[in-house]
Order: sequence, then structure tokens, then C-alpha cells
Amino acid sequence: MTTPAAVQTLDLSTRFPDGATPDARPGYSGWLVDKSRLVEFATALRDEFGYDYLSSVTGVDYLPEGKMEVVYQVYRTTGGSGVMFKVQVPRQDPVEVPSLVSIYPGAEFQEREAWDLLGIKFSGHPDLRRILMWEGFSGFPLRKDWHEPYFEEEAKPYKNRWPDGKIVQAESNNPYADNIAYPPDFSPEAESFDPEKALYDALRKYQKNEIGLNTDHIIVNLGPQHPSTHGVFRVAVMLDGEEIVNLKPVMGYLHRNHEKIGERNTYLMNMPYTDRLDYLASMSNNFGYALAVEKLMGIAPTERADYIRVLMAEMTRISNHLFLIGTLLNDLGAYFTPMLYALEERELILDIFEAVAGSRMMCNYFRFGGVARDFPEGTFQKIKEIFFERLPGKIDEIDRFLSENEIIRSRGVGQGVLTAEDAIRYSVSGPMLRASGIPYDLRRAEPYSIYDRFEFDVCTRKNGDIYDRLMVRFDEIRQSIRIIQQAVKQIPPGPVTSVKPMYQVRVPAGEAYGRVEGPKGELGFYIVSNGKPTPWRYHVRAPSFINLTAFGPMCIGQKVADVVGILGSIDIVLGEVDR
Amino acid sequence: MDSNELNSPGFDIPPEIKGQIAITSLDRIYNWGRSASVWPLMFGLACCAIEMICTAASRFDLARFGMEIMRPSPRQSDLMIVSGTVTKKMMPTIVRLYNQMPEPKYVLAMGACASGGGPFKEGYNVVSGVDRFIPVDVYVPGCPPTPQALLNGLMKVQEKIRGESIKNSRWYKKGSDLAEIPIPILGPDLIDPRKLDLIKNEAKLQEQA
Repeated sequence: MTTPAAVQTLDLSTRFPDGATPDARPGYSGWLVDKSRLVEFATALRDEFGYDYLSSVTGVDYLPEGKMEVVYQVYRTTGGSGVMFKVQVPRQDPVEVPSLVSIYPGAEFQEREAWDLLGIKFSGHPDLRRILMWEGFSGFPLRKDWHEPYFEEEAKPYKNRWPDGKIVQAESNNPYADNIAYPPDFSPEAESFDPEKALYDALRKYQKNEIGLNTDHIIVNLGPQHPSTHGVFRVAVMLDGEEIVNLKPVMGYLHRNHEKIGERNTYLMNMPYTDRLDYLASMSNNFGYALAVEKLMGIAPTERADYIRVLMAEMTRISNHLFLIGTLLNDLGAYFTPMLYALEERELILDIFEAVAGSRMMCNYFRFGGVARDFPEGTFQKIKEIFFERLPGKIDEIDRFLSENEIIRSRGVGQGVLTAEDAIRYSVSGPMLRASGIPYDLRRAEPYSIYDRFEFDVCTRKNGDIYDRLMVRFDEIRQSIRIIQQAVKQIPPGPVTSVKPMYQVRVPAGEAYGRVEGPKGELGFYIVSNGKPTPWRYHVRAPSFINLTAFGPMCIGQKVADVVGILGSIDIVLGEVDR
Repeated sequence: MDSNELNSPGFDIPPEIKGQIAITSLDRIYNWGRSASVWPLMFGLACCAIEMICTAASRFDLARFGMEIMRPSPRQSDLMIVSGTVTKKMMPTIVRLYNQMPEPKYVLAMGACASGGGPFKEGYNVVSGVDRFIPVDVYVPGCPPTPQALLNGLMKVQEKIRGESIKNSRWYKKGSDLAEIPIPILGPDLIDPRKLDLIKNEAKLQEQA
């Protein structure tokens, strides 16, 4: 643990007597930085104060105040709490903020996202294109004055569904009876559309010809329909022979407007939506969201609920890592067989989820102040059987089958290396960061919930290649089993929720950033409340989205066939990448 | 299906060759073969794809239905399982994949999103159901549907196949039914080429207003 918070505050205000002031709005924290001093401030934070890890960048549209705000969260990879700083700019076109990509390269995709959805222009960004929507889409959807085609009202519950039960279909209010809207001066024939041009131009920007021969580079597209991209992900690769000279991930094919819908929903309504972010780890997403809102509300769950939460989060981690082991091996050429072994064990965990939450995948189990319901009869016994008797042996078995396999070693060792410095620079988190040798695990670095009560190791590996990333997952499964075994022994009886269950929660005005160590990495929720039943801003710091920032740099110089393995080892889920 | 089931009634088969010979109609044997070897397109969109993978794995065992061979190429597949939210950005690709599938082809909309937009219907990048663009044969409700529900849906597809006849099947006929579906365009919003007139009219109306 590092410097106490009081000293940090002192240091920052003496270091920046002007240009940076503490955010004094009620319920807010952090620093308001002057736009002209932003780069200097961030450099000082990184180099002088040791905040080397940029966790999250996002924007907030304060429409009534006529301001746009960019919010940054930085942390130290040695652990401890972080610093939040913000830049405010007047809300007039173009909204322009200096880019921090040169200081924190991990900001690249996040700044592109803020440009895409909020129209905040980051000057100095090397490749500022739309990232989730396609190039040419009209408008910036997350701005508060932008309305989607099916717009009904600013906030739910919509009047037409309540209380007399007369439902008006959204289609009936749209002239095309469909989910589309065009700008007023639009004529389909006068214009030609080419959303791909910007992408290929960005790829060609890096074209170098060092030997002086007049050779062409080839551009190959993988996806969006490709069996190895784990969903609708696309990679545009520029090749020199078989070697990758440049690579751009293309996403947004599953962009289902989580944040826009989330800002219309009431707080509790968002809980089932979080299930569908990283749909392999729904309990873990519930956890992060519940923590962030509880932070705002100032409530804490009961003792038993805390234990149930930890149990569920660790089971999720195991089931997620099992799935990864299956798919990664599938990508590396073992086809479906390892997957069958892994899914067999995963099904056992899903059965527990189904028993406690009623659904195999979309659990919707956490509530503010606890969980929805207690274990049904017999489930606890089942958990004991699985995690004390069955799973430890099965994991060793899968490990024995796979880890020393010649093909896995030759395709994994030394491929797709991400050094420790690069991993921090690109804001990589979770097992990927630890495979590169950084022992940074939120459960230890900034313990949340009751993780400080358990004994477990933070698993690291040294080389940061595909093989290490696979092995780190095996290690983490074993540690999760350890945590579950301890939690099962310690769990006390009692109520599972500390507040009366209710549909509408009262959330005081303010902001909160809650983060948990999800199976894919650091999952953060940034929530701004203005005291109304719906959040004013609801942002998800999606680990697999940000881990992809390092994807391009890892692949450059490798052979095209390794792209699939490297992508598999990052462990992305498109629901979370695109949101 | 054993030979007794395959045998059309009305023909008596001598007892000594029963079990080896079945007399049946062409439709029946043709559809029997087709329905027991439906190759789905290996095509996952969102959450439902995970349940689709679970269905294909050992516990639920898709192989029992002759469907375990998932083809990544549309040219080799018979059934498109639209497993997940259909977004506007993905829509041109889905239509292109559908056009590339050879006849006879079937579409199963898996889950609430593919059937009608589901919980994400109001989203600005979400298509309200894949049937706005391609014809759907079977809808499976759920969010996501359990593997059991998906299996039930697949059995409905088989049922549909068994009920078809070569005489009036769509794909042996000439005509507009088999024309390719025009690929949507990504403009300022998703543009359906079949709706161009409507869009132009609306633009005129807006100008007058």
C-alpha cells in the first residue's frame, strides 16, 4: 500500500497551485483540471506521483449547465486508491480536449469511444475514428439532446405502459414503422456511402517500405463472421507476405446501446442489463454495478449476502476461465474436444446458478444491499460436493491433458508477447496483466466487499505470452476454489439483504466509480446521479474492450496465423467489448 | 426413424424381408434424409450463441439430431441460427450470409432479440427482429433460450422439413421468391433498399412541413 490519501491531496495542490482545483460539487470528488494544463497534469501524475495505470476515460454531457466533462481515473499498479480528474469544456461544437494517448496509450480506444458516442474531439489522437458505430452515422448518441428513433420519454417507466396498461408500440410513432431515422436534409440517392474507407485509410497510414522494393501490402479481413473471433468481431490486418505490419480491430457489431438504455432505465432496471454485458460472467457484472450504486446510496450488504456474493463471483470466474480454456484450445487447433471437457464442468456451476437465481446465464441475482434470495434447499450441499471433491481433481486432469502438449507449447510459448511495461501502458487488466508479471489484482490491491478475509495468492507468470496467459487462468481457477472453500466454511446464517426490497431506489446526487476484479479484468462502473430515479450518466469500463488496445501492438511482427491465438488468449466477450 | 416408420402404409412387405426393405414415397425419404442432416451455420451473434455452444456440447448433444456439423461457411450450411441481438452494423453481413446460403435454407431466430429486438429493442443500433430483412421459419422465445428450448426449436425445423414436398417446394421453382435480398446500406442510419421510395416520400413530407 502506498501514500495515504491526505498526503496525496496535499502534494497535488502544492504541485499545481493553479490549473487544478478539488471538485467541490456535493457528492463529487477528484480534481478539476484546466484544459490547457491537462497534459502537464497527467504527465506529472504518471511520472512524479506514480499513477502509472489509466483505468478509465469517459465523458459526461452536462446539458443543463452547458458543459461537457471528460473524466479520467488513474491508479498505481502497486495498489491503493486512485485519483479521479476531470476536464470541463463548454458544450459547443467542436468540443475539444487534448488527447492523453501520448502519456497513457491505454486511452486510445476509450477516447475514440468518447468521440463516437459523445462527440468529444481529442486533439492529437493518432487515429480518431468512430469505434462502435460506423463511419457516417449521423449524430452522437450519448448526448442528452440526441434522441433515438424509438424515443418515447426521457426516463422510464414510460407513461404508455403505466398504469392503465395500454401499450403503444414504438413502431407506431415512427414514420417508417421501424427503428430508423434520417437527418432532415437526407436524400438517399444523392449520396454514396462507404463506411470502410476510413478504416483502410487508417491502415495504410502506417505503410512503410524500407527495402525500397515496389511491393504491395495485402489487407485481409477476419470477421465479422469468422469461427475464431468469438462472436461478431472483425480484424483488418495488413500483411507483408505472412507477416503482420499493421492491424486494426473493428468492433461495434454487437453495440446494443447499453449506456443509452441504461440512462433511461431506473437503477434497478439496469441490473438485468448488466448480465448481458459479459454474458459469460453475469454474476460478476452484477457485483460491480451493485457496488457502484451502493457506494452512491451509502448502504452496505449484510454479512451473509457478502459471502454469497463472493461465492457467486468466484464461481463465475471459474466458469469463465473454463470456457476460455476451451475456446483458446479450439483456436489453437485442438478443435472442440477440450471444450467438451471444460463445458462439462461449467454445466455444474450453471446448475448452481439456475438453482439460486432461476437462470443459467442471465442471473440478475444481486440487489442493492444484498442479493435477491437465499440458497434453496440442497444447493449448499451441492456447492460443497463440487468445490471440495470434484472440481480440484478435474482441473488437474484438464491441466495434465493440455499444458505439456507439444502443439500448445509451440504455438503458445514466445508468441504474442506483451511486456510488463507495455501491459501497464496499454491499461491492460486482469489475467492478461498478471501473465505479464504485474501482481495487480483488485481483490488485493484495493480490496472490496470481504476479499480481505480470504487467503489466496495473486497468480502471476513471467513471460506474457499466449502460453502464460493460458496457465494464469489455470492458477486462478485453483485460487478461486480456495476462496470458495474458505467462504463455504465461514458463511454465517442471517438475512440476505440489508434494506427492504424495492423497485425504486433513492440515490442521492453525486458520482461513484465502483470497480471489481472480473474474470476478464477490471470491470468498472462510473455512475453520475442527479437525484432522479434514473442515472444521469452510466458508463461501463469494460475490461475486454480496453484489453484489446494491446491487441494490435502484440500482433505486429507476428505471422497472420497467430492472430487467432493471440485474440483467443485476450479472452474477449463481444457483449462487453461493444456493449 | 426405423424402417417401419419410414414405410408408407398401404404396402405389405413380406415378413422375410421386413426390416431390410421399406416402400415409401420420394418425399418422405428425401425429407427424412434432409431433416436428419441439417447443418447449421456456425454463426454466433451474442449471448444466445453461448447457449448454442452448450447445446452442441456433451450434455445436450446436438449430434443426436444430425446437426453437430456446424459449418463456418454459409455455402455449406442449411440452417441459420440467428443467435443474438441483430445490430444495424451487422445487418448487411447477415443478409449477405443469408444470400450465400444455398437452397433449401431455413432460419431459426433464437431468443427475444433476434425475434423482435428483445430488451434492446429501443437501442439506436438495434434491428427490431431479424425478420425485418430475412424470412424466419422458427422463433424460439427466451433470453437466452435454454438448450432444451433451442432443441425444441430445432425439432420444429425438422418437423417443417418433413412436411414439405418436392412438388411444390419453393427452391425448384422459377420466380421472384428466390431473388436475393438486397443488402442494406450503412448511411446516416440503416437504409433498406426496398424502402427507398418510402424514405424519399418522407423526406418530401418533411420539406413541406
